[in-house]
Amino acid sequence: MTRNNRLKGGLINRDTSLNFTFDGNSYSGFEGDTLASALLANGVRLMGRSFKYHRPRGPLTAGSEEPNALVELRSGGRQEPNTRATVAELYDGLDAKSQNRWPSLERDVMAINDRFSNFLTAGFYYKTFMWPKAFWEKLYEPIIRKAAGLGSLTGEDDPDLYDKGFLHCDLLVIGAGPAGLAAALTAGRAGAQVILADEDFHLGGRLIAETGALTDISGADWVTQAQAELASMDNVRLMPRTTVFGAYDHGIYGAVERNADHLAVPTEGKPRQTVWRIYSKRALVATGAIERPIAFENNDRPGIMLAGAVRAYANRWAATPAQSVVVFANNDDAHQTARDLMAQGIKVPAIVDTRADAPDVEGTEVLKGAEIINTSGRLGLTSVQVQLAEGYTRDLYCEALAMSGGWNPNLGLTCHQRGRPIWNADIHAFVPGDGLPVGQIVAGAANGEMTTDAALKSGAAAAVSALDDLGIPATQAELPTAKDAPVSLSPFWHVKGAKRAWLDYQNDVTVKDVKLAHQENFISVEHLKRYTTLGMATDQGKTSNIGALAVMAELTGKSIPETGSTIFRPPYTPVSMGALAGRAVGRDFHPTRLTPSHKWAEEQDAVFVEVGNWMRAQWFPRKGEIHWRQSVDREVLQTRSSVGVCDVTTLGKIDVQGANAAAFLNKIYANGFAKLPVGKVRYGLMLREDGVAYDDGTAARLAEDHFVVTTTTANAVLVYRNMEFVRQCLCPEMDVQLISTTEAWAQYAVAGPNSRKLLQKIVDPEFDLSNEVFPFMACGEITVCGGLRARLFRISFSGELAYEIAVPTRYGDALMRKLMEAGEEFDAVPYGTEALGVMRIEKGHAAGNELNGTTSALNLGLGRMVSTKKDCIGNVLSRREGMNTPDALALVGLKPVDAKDAVPAGGHLMNKDGPIDAAHDQGYVTSAAYSPILNSSIGLGFVKGGFDRKGEHLRLVNPLEGQEVLVEIVSAHFVDPEGEKLRA
Amino acid sequence: MIINHPLLGPRDAQEFTYLGDATLINRPDWQSDNAAQAFHDYLYLRDNPAGEHRELWFHEQGDRSWLVVTRNTVTHEILSVEMARDVAKAAAAERSAQ
Amino acid sequence: MRYSALKLIKEAVTGHKGWTPQWRDPEPAQAYDYVIVGGGGHGLATAYYLAKEFGAARIAVLEKGWIGGGNVGRNTTIIRSNYLLDGNEPFYEFSLKLWENLEQDFNYNAMVSQRGILNLIHSDAQRDAARRRGNAMILNGSDAELLDTEGVRAMYPFLNFNDARFPIKGGLLHRRGGTVRHDAVAWGYARGADMRGVDIIQNCEVTGFRIENGKVLGVETSRGFIGAKKVGVSVAGSSSRVMEKAGMRLPIETHVLQAFVSEGLKPFIPGVITYGAGHFYCSQSDKGGLVFGGDLDMYNSYAQRGNLPVVEDVIEGGISLIPALGRARLLRSWGGIMDMSMDGSPFIDKTHIDGLYFNGGWCYGGFKATPASGYCFAHLLKTDRPHDTATAYRLDRFMTGHMIDEKGQGAQPNLH
Repeated sequence: MTRNNRLKGGLINRDTSLNFTFDGNSYSGFEGDTLASALLANGVRLMGRSFKYHRPRGPLTAGSEEPNALVELRSGGRQEPNTRATVAELYDGLDAKSQNRWPSLERDVMAINDRFSNFLTAGFYYKTFMWPKAFWEKLYEPIIRKAAGLGSLTGEDDPDLYDKGFLHCDLLVIGAGPAGLAAALTAGRAGAQVILADEDFHLGGRLIAETGALTDISGADWVTQAQAELASMDNVRLMPRTTVFGAYDHGIYGAVERNADHLAVPTEGKPRQTVWRIYSKRALVATGAIERPIAFENNDRPGIMLAGAVRAYANRWAATPAQSVVVFANNDDAHQTARDLMAQGIKVPAIVDTRADAPDVEGTEVLKGAEIINTSGRLGLTSVQVQLAEGYTRDLYCEALAMSGGWNPNLGLTCHQRGRPIWNADIHAFVPGDGLPVGQIVAGAANGEMTTDAALKSGAAAAVSALDDLGIPATQAELPTAKDAPVSLSPFWHVKGAKRAWLDYQNDVTVKDVKLAHQENFISVEHLKRYTTLGMATDQGKTSNIGALAVMAELTGKSIPETGSTIFRPPYTPVSMGALAGRAVGRDFHPTRLTPSHKWAEEQDAVFVEVGNWMRAQWFPRKGEIHWRQSVDREVLQTRSSVGVCDVTTLGKIDVQGANAAAFLNKIYANGFAKLPVGKVRYGLMLREDGVAYDDGTAARLAEDHFVVTTTTANAVLVYRNMEFVRQCLCPEMDVQLISTTEAWAQYAVAGPNSRKLLQKIVDPEFDLSNEVFPFMACGEITVCGGLRARLFRISFSGELAYEIAVPTRYGDALMRKLMEAGEEFDAVPYGTEALGVMRIEKGHAAGNELNGTTSALNLGLGRMVSTKKDCIGNVLSRREGMNTPDALALVGLKPVDAKDAVPAGGHLMNKDGPIDAAHDQGYVTSAAYSPILNSSIGLGFVKGGFDRKGEHLRLVNPLEGQEVLVEIVSAHFVDPEGEKLRA
Repeated sequence: MIINHPLLGPRDAQEFTYLGDATLINRPDWQSDNAAQAFHDYLYLRDNPAGEHRELWFHEQGDRSWLVVTRNTVTHEILSVEMARDVAKAAAAERSAQ
Repeated sequence: MRYSALKLIKEAVTGHKGWTPQWRDPEPAQAYDYVIVGGGGHGLATAYYLAKEFGAARIAVLEKGWIGGGNVGRNTTIIRSNYLLDGNEPFYEFSLKLWENLEQDFNYNAMVSQRGILNLIHSDAQRDAARRRGNAMILNGSDAELLDTEGVRAMYPFLNFNDARFPIKGGLLHRRGGTVRHDAVAWGYARGADMRGVDIIQNCEVTGFRIENGKVLGVETSRGFIGAKKVGVSVAGSSSRVMEKAGMRLPIETHVLQAFVSEGLKPFIPGVITYGAGHFYCSQSDKGGLVFGGDLDMYNSYAQRGNLPVVEDVIEGGISLIPALGRARLLRSWGGIMDMSMDGSPFIDKTHIDGLYFNGGWCYGGFKATPASGYCFAHLLKTDRPHDTATAYRLDRFMTGHMIDEKGQGAQPNLH
C-alpha cells in the first residue's frame, strides 16, 4: 500500500535516512521530517480516529494546531499519548501507534458510532441514560468511559528527567517567522537581551513553507542567514523546539523546551524537557496565523487538509499527500498551493473557488462560484463532488483536497489574561484587542498583518518601539523585500445544506450540532462550547471555534463579533506534566531536613518518620525486638527509671533581643512574661487573634534583653512569621529584634531521674546543676566538654526530672555521642518520637492533636493562663460567648474500664446510655498510647463539660472500625499529677 | 507576579507569603468600650474590593520584611510597595496626633 | 418536554426538529415575589426548589452574563459528604442525598457518578484525624472506610509506593462521593425552573438595591428596576461586590483557584484521589480528561486566572503521587474566583435588611453543596426559618464565637 509521495527539494537531509514504525509497519524518512510528513511521503494518509464517531482521519495541518493525526509515541513508561504526528520530529527507531481504535486503525469496531450519529447528537447524553437509576453507574457510564478518551498511559513510571530554569530578557520574541526574525535581528543588533523562541525545530515559520515568500532570496536561505547572525550575538538566545505556553503576570512567560524529544532516548543524565520561567521586560507575540477549514459534507476524510499545510508539506518536507490534489478555497492564497504542487508534477484537477470572480490559475481549471458538496473514500479520499455555479454537479477524482477558508491570527497568548479579541472586517478574522498582558505587543500575522512584507516590517517596528520603551535605542534591521499583496478573501464558512459538515474535527462537532444548540437556546458562545464540546479537544479549537461562531451568527442573524468571541487559556499547546513538575518529584518532592545527629541515629538502626520536612527518629529497635511496641515501651520505662535522650533539634527556636523584648513576649503570649526573671523559663501559650490556641512552647530569659523562644516543630515557620507581623505591623515602636535560630542550635532532651547525674558528667564543673542552684524552670548559658558553649534549660515534656541542652549545630552529633557515652553507666537510652509521645500523653501535655486549631485555652484547661490584665493577641476575642459555654469541650484523660481495651484516637465519645449518633456526641479522643507504666491503653480527649465529669463512664465508639469501648474520664495527668518528679 | 521590594528590588512573588488586607495593621484598642465589636470587625470583615487593594505580604524566603503592597485585584497590577513597618509607624503617629 | 430514550429515538428519526429551548429568554417583568441574584448553580437551584418544593410563584433569576458561567461551570466536579464538624456534615449529607436522586428529580442526566473519593493518609496524626472524621461521617449517616496501605494499593496500584517522599500509610474512603457533569447541573436546574415558570434573565446585571426604611423593594439592574418582595443573593466570588451595594461588609475574601484538565486519556483513574502530603487531587471525566486541582493562588483576586507557581506546585504533587502522569499533558488551566469565608464555611442567612437574604462564602467547596444550598436557601426565603441542616450558617457567628472551622486555620480565608 505504500507509495512514494516524496517530492524534490525541501529542507530534509536526504543523506540521513531514518527508519521508523507506525502500527508495526516499517517505513523510512529523512532527518528534518516529522512523523506526519514521513508518513505522507510513504503514502500513508490514515493516521487516527476521531473522538466520538471514530471516523478515519489523516492530518489536517502541518503544525501544533493538529486535531486529527494523534498517535501514541514510544512505549512502556515513555509512551506518550495524543502526540501530534505533525510536530513529532522523526528520529531513527521511532515507534508510534494509532489510538482510540480497536482492533486496528483500518477496522475499528467503535466506528459503529458513526452509523448512529443521528442519535449521538450534541448533548444527547443529557437526555437519556436516566432509567433505571442504577444503570447509569453500572451499565451506561462504564461503556461511555471505555469508548471515550484518546490515547493511553501505560501506568508505568515515566523514567525521564525534567528540569526547570529561569531566564531574564529585555525582549522575548515568540515565534521565529518573518515578524519574529525581523524583531530579533533589530533588537539583537541594538544590543538588547533577546530571547527568540519557536515551537518548531526549524526557525522560519511560513518563510520555509513558501516558495516565493521573498523576492531576492529564498525564504529558507534568508532564515539561515538570519539564524547565523543571531546565533553569533552573545545577547541573543535562540530557543528552537521551545513553546511559550503561557503569559502570566508582570511579563512572566512559561515556556517548555523539548531538549530530547527528537532523540530516541534522552542523553544519560540530561532532561527530556525543560520548563523555563522567562522574565521579560517586553514580549513580542509573533505567532503567525492558523488557517481555517471550510465545513462541507464529509469534509473530514483522510487526505482533506488545509491548503497551507499541503503547501508546507510539499515545499518544506518534499512530501505530498497524493498525486492528485483538488483545491477548495475562498481566497487567492490557496491558489499558490495548486501552483506549488503543479510545479512538482502533482496533478491538480481543479481549483474549486467559492468566489464567482476568482482569478484564473495557469495549468488548472478554476471552478468559480463552486462548492464541494460531498466527498467519497472510507479510509482516504477518492473523489469530491462539486456543485458548479451553473447548477450542475461534477465529480473530481483526487486523493487529497487542499482547502482554505482564510487565516486567523494565532491569538493564544494574547488572551491569557482574559483579553478579548476584536473583529477585523478587512481580513474577516479576530485580531488582538484590548487587555493584552502588560508589556506584550503583537506583530505580523498574529496581529492581522497578513503579508510577508507587512510581517517583516511590523516585526522590526515592534522591536524598535519595545526597546524605545526601555530606553534602548534601536533602528529597524535591514530586511529582505517581499512583494506579496494582501490576499483577497470572501468570507465562506460552510456549504449550506450539508447533513454532516465538521467544524471541530477531533470532537466530532458538526454544523448540525451548532444548529441543535441554537434550537435549544445554547446560544451564548460559552454555552455552545460546553453543550457541543466544541473547542474542548486537545487543539483547544484552534481550527474550529471561528467556524462554529460563524454558523451561530447566521442562525441568530447577528454578526460574528456580536455573537461572541472565544478566548484561549494557557497552555497554548498541551504541556507534559512531567516537565511542569520538573525535579520536585519522588524523593525530591520536598526538601528533606536532617538533624545533626541523624547519622548517629542511623548507626543505631533508628526507624525514621517524616515530621513536616524533617526526618526524626521514631524509635531505636534493639536486637531481638520484633514489634515496635517492644522498643517504645523499653525506651519509656528506661527513661522513667533512669535516663533517656531525645533529639529535639526540630523544635522551632527564635532569638528575641532588645530593650522591649519582655514587653514584646507579653504581647504574643497569652500569659504574662514581663516579670520573668533572668535565668528562668516559662511555659507560654500563643493564641491566634481569634482566641484559639495555636502553639505552645517555652521562653527562656537569658538576659534582661534576651529571650529564647521555642515553638513546636510543626509551627516553627508560622510562629516566626506571626511574631514578625506583631513586631513590624503592630508594635513598630518597640525595640526588639527576632531571628530564627532553629538551624543554628542542636537540642537534646535529657530526661529521667538520672538526667542530672548524666549531665554533670559533661557540663563543665563550674556550673552547679543542683536543685537549689538550677531548679525546675531554670535556664542558663553554660559550657560543656571543656569550654563548648551551650544552653541549658530545665524543662520537662516527659514529666521527669529533665533538661534540654543546646549546642551549636555543628557540635550536635558530637554531643549526642558524648551523652550516650557518658550515659553508659546509667544504661541511658536514646528515645524517639513515639516514646516522647507516650510520655507526654502520660503527663497530659497537649500537642498538635490537641492544639488542632479549633481549641481555646479554656478547652485545654489553660483558661486561667489567658491574662485579662494585659493586651495580648487573642484575648479580646477569646471571651466570646460561643467559646465560653458551660458545656465547652474540656481536655481530659480517658482510661478503658477494662485495661485490655485499646483507646483509639479519633474515636467519638457517647454517654454510657442512649443513642449513638452525631446529635449525642460528647466529644472525641485526640491522642492515644499504650502506657507501659500504667499497663493500660490511655488517651487524651475533649469531652463536653469534661472538667466536671471526672469518674464518669462513657462509650468510646469507633464505628469506622467496628469498635466500642467503655472508658472512664480521668485527669489528663496520668503520671505524677503533683509534679514532684520534675521538681526533684 | 513580581513584587518590587523597597530594599531588595524586584523579587518573584513566590518568595513571599500572603496574609491579606493591610487594615490588619490597625489593631483596635483592647480596652475600648466596644472592643468586642471592634475586634470582630477588624479580624473578620473585609472590603474585599475588585480593584485597588492594600495588602500584606511577608518576604519569608528573603529578608523577612512585611510589606504593604497596593495591587489591583482585577488586573494584578502592582501600584506601590511599602515597608509595613513604615506604614504602621505612620498609622500610629496619626492615631496619637488625633 | 420530558426527556427520555424514547424521545431521543423519535427525534433522531425525525430530524431533531422537536427539541425546544431548554430555558426561555424572557423579558423581565416589573416585579416578582422572589428575585434571585446570580444564575449560577446555587441561584438556579434555589429558584428550582422554590418553585418545585415550596410552591412559590413569580420567581426570577438575574444573571449578569450567561447562566452557569461562574464556579458551577469551572470547578473540578466533585461531590462528597465527608465533613468533620456537626455544623457542616448534616448539610453536606443532605446535599449528597439530593444528588443521588437529582437526575430523576429534574429529568436531566447530570452524570452523577459515585466513583468514590479516597483521601490519602501519610502520617499517624493524619490517621487519627481521618478516624475522627470518618466516625463523624458515619455518626451523621454518611459512609466512610479506613484503608491501610495495602487497601490503597489494591485500589490504585500506580500510586507512588516505591520512592515517595511522604509514603502512603492508608486512606479514608468515601464510596458515595464522586463526580458530576458540572455544566449539566446548571442546565438541569435552569430547565427545571423554567418549566415551572421561573424567569431566567441573562445579561441582566444587578447594579443596586432599592431599600426603604430597612426593607428591600427590589433591585436596580442593567435592564431597569425590578421589584421584589424578597431578594436572595447567591453570587459566590462576587458576594462582596454585590452586598456592598446594600451597604454590607462581609466576612469574605475573593481568591482565585486554578483548575486543570489533561488531554483525553483512556480510563486510568476510576475514582477521586486526594493527596495528603501535597496540593493535588484528581479524577477522570467520562470524556477521558484528568481533572485536577490543588491550592489557591493565595492572594485576593477577581481575575479568573492564576499564575505559574501554583500550576507547578499542583503538578509537582501530581507526579510525586502518580509518576506515570509525567507522560500525560496538561491541556488547559483556568481560574475561578472563590468566596473564601473566614472559617471556611458558608452562610445561608437573612441580613439586617428586611427581605434581603444572603447565600455565599462557599470557598472552593460550593459545587457539591449546590442542591442543598438551593434547597435550604429556598426554605429560608419561603419560611424565614433556616432549614434544619443549615442552622449554623449564620452571618453573626464570628460575633458570637460559633465558628465552623473544619481545617482549624482561623480567620485567614486563603488557608481554608
